[in-house]
Amino acid sequence: MTAATVAGPHQYMAEQMRWRWSEIAFWLATLLPFLVAPSYLVLANQVAITALFALSLDLILGFSGIVSLGHAAYFGVGAYAAGLASKWGWGEPLSGLLIAALAAGLLGYVTSFVIARFRHLALIMITLGLGLLLQEAANSASWLTGGFDGLQGIHTWSIFGEFHFDLYGYTAYGYSLSALFLIFLIARRLIYSPFGLALRGIRENGQRMPAIGAATREHIRTIYTIAAIIAGVAGALLAETTETVSLEVLGFQRSADVLVMLILGGTGRLYGGLIGAAVYMVARDQFSGLNPQYWYFWIGLLLIAVVMILPNGILGGLSLLARRLKVPS
Amino acid sequence: MSENALAARGVNKSFGSLVVAADVEINLPQGVRYALIGPNGAGKTTLINLMTGMLRPDAGHIFLGDEDITALPPEQRVWRGLVRTFQINSLFPHLTALESVTLAVCERRRVARTWWRPLTAYRSEVDEAYEILSSLMLAPVSHRLTRELAYGQQRLLEIALALATRPKVLLLDEPAAGVPREESQELFTAIAGLSRDITVLFIEHDMELVFRFASRVIVMVGGRVLVEGTPQEIASDPQVRAVYLGKATGKADHG
Repeated sequence: MTAATVAGPHQYMAEQMRWRWSEIAFWLATLLPFLVAPSYLVLANQVAITALFALSLDLILGFSGIVSLGHAAYFGVGAYAAGLASKWGWGEPLSGLLIAALAAGLLGYVTSFVIARFRHLALIMITLGLGLLLQEAANSASWLTGGFDGLQGIHTWSIFGEFHFDLYGYTAYGYSLSALFLIFLIARRLIYSPFGLALRGIRENGQRMPAIGAATREHIRTIYTIAAIIAGVAGALLAETTETVSLEVLGFQRSADVLVMLILGGTGRLYGGLIGAAVYMVARDQFSGLNPQYWYFWIGLLLIAVVMILPNGILGGLSLLARRLKVPS
Repeated sequence: MSENALAARGVNKSFGSLVVAADVEINLPQGVRYALIGPNGAGKTTLINLMTGMLRPDAGHIFLGDEDITALPPEQRVWRGLVRTFQINSLFPHLTALESVTLAVCERRRVARTWWRPLTAYRSEVDEAYEILSSLMLAPVSHRLTRELAYGQQRLLEIALALATRPKVLLLDEPAAGVPREESQELFTAIAGLSRDITVLFIEHDMELVFRFASRVIVMVGGRVLVEGTPQEIASDPQVRAVYLGKATGKADHG
């Protein structure tokens, strides 16, 4: 009868969070730049950092429905925190990430009280305002941040005193990729926890949540703080591997770019931000090589095409294709 | 000491000059099946909103048992056992039925904050959710996305979500709205089968269902409680006939 065709509830839940072959293939593919494109390791490092940043946005936007146009605020604070620690004489990279996580997490926690009270358009305005506010503050506090000239004098020590940051980006990419993978594992665990389910509930119907006894605002504050911490770590990775921090880390452009990448890749799918970041940054690299002045023209075209043809992003399109062809994932 | 599961005392609410609740007094004794009826715009849904904290009264108090809950936010009323469903499907479209109910169970058991343990570790929560779905005949579709469920199944899922919170008092806002007649009988049979520990109040327009499933009836008109009594008393009340039943039976004659 039906019992034979319908999987039991526990089997079903376990099936949801099973590691898929496509996931394993994805992570193996991230090792390819070491082997086939060593001259692109510097770019690969940028991609890994931006992918981590996009992952943090996916946690709030894709899984919880919290729209943000100012997510660079946390990325930037993380970058400056790690950069300043190094400038003041503490260039140890791993603890640098911790310092950045603390600074960005603190800012995230404080601002989350405002974020949790609003939705939709108001949220876009508030996050946008917050981002602009912070960038201007960093600009005027040039005694601390170096202002428009950027933060000078950052030196990142070797990892464990063993792995020296080289010019070609071997260590940098290995370091950023490891951070991305470890934080991805944490994010994946979070998504398949009761808390992750509650976040999806907020995304699906935030109004309904209090009626089933959910402390919605508390959930939003928690995930917003976690996302801020991850964005801060991404910022710190950039500061440490490039040994510079410019005002651009806090800029509106960065907030907008990461949103574009996430939508391009597909929101609420964990991998959307990673794929989106890779496609976007490789495309930018290629297009700007062809036609340096007009690359945003091509990006604009790509964005419109993807949203029109694949409303759920690249990943949404791929999973649709897989279902059509009945390929096991 | 009161024997009431839920009570409203002198509740008033107006939006500008529009009075939606005027000195509303309601006492729901433990375990009773109440119907709340009245013409459109009588303030029935508003009263549910006021009692569950979705709206704040301008004056008056709401009591759950002996506790004054007037100042509590909606989710804290849910934790104390006052739960509602919605007239218009208000569900989680891209969650499966099982996920939705598991979510509600997790929130009730206060484990929805844990993010470091996978859902598969919460076997008893999942079991409980599955049992609730089975009791409402939703087990065969429990792995389907909510938005893919038939309308009647979505109405049942509304009730499943409410049950997952372990309500003491359940307020059902037109549970059978939009459901075909044969199915609404089934739906009400499921409601009638709920534990007697749960006090139920439902809004319903279909008089046949009201008279069949309610042990007492409250009639509201223009934000006021007009009369309260057994279905027989209500059916023979001349005031009620004048303002409400006349119209309703008129409608039934056409149908």
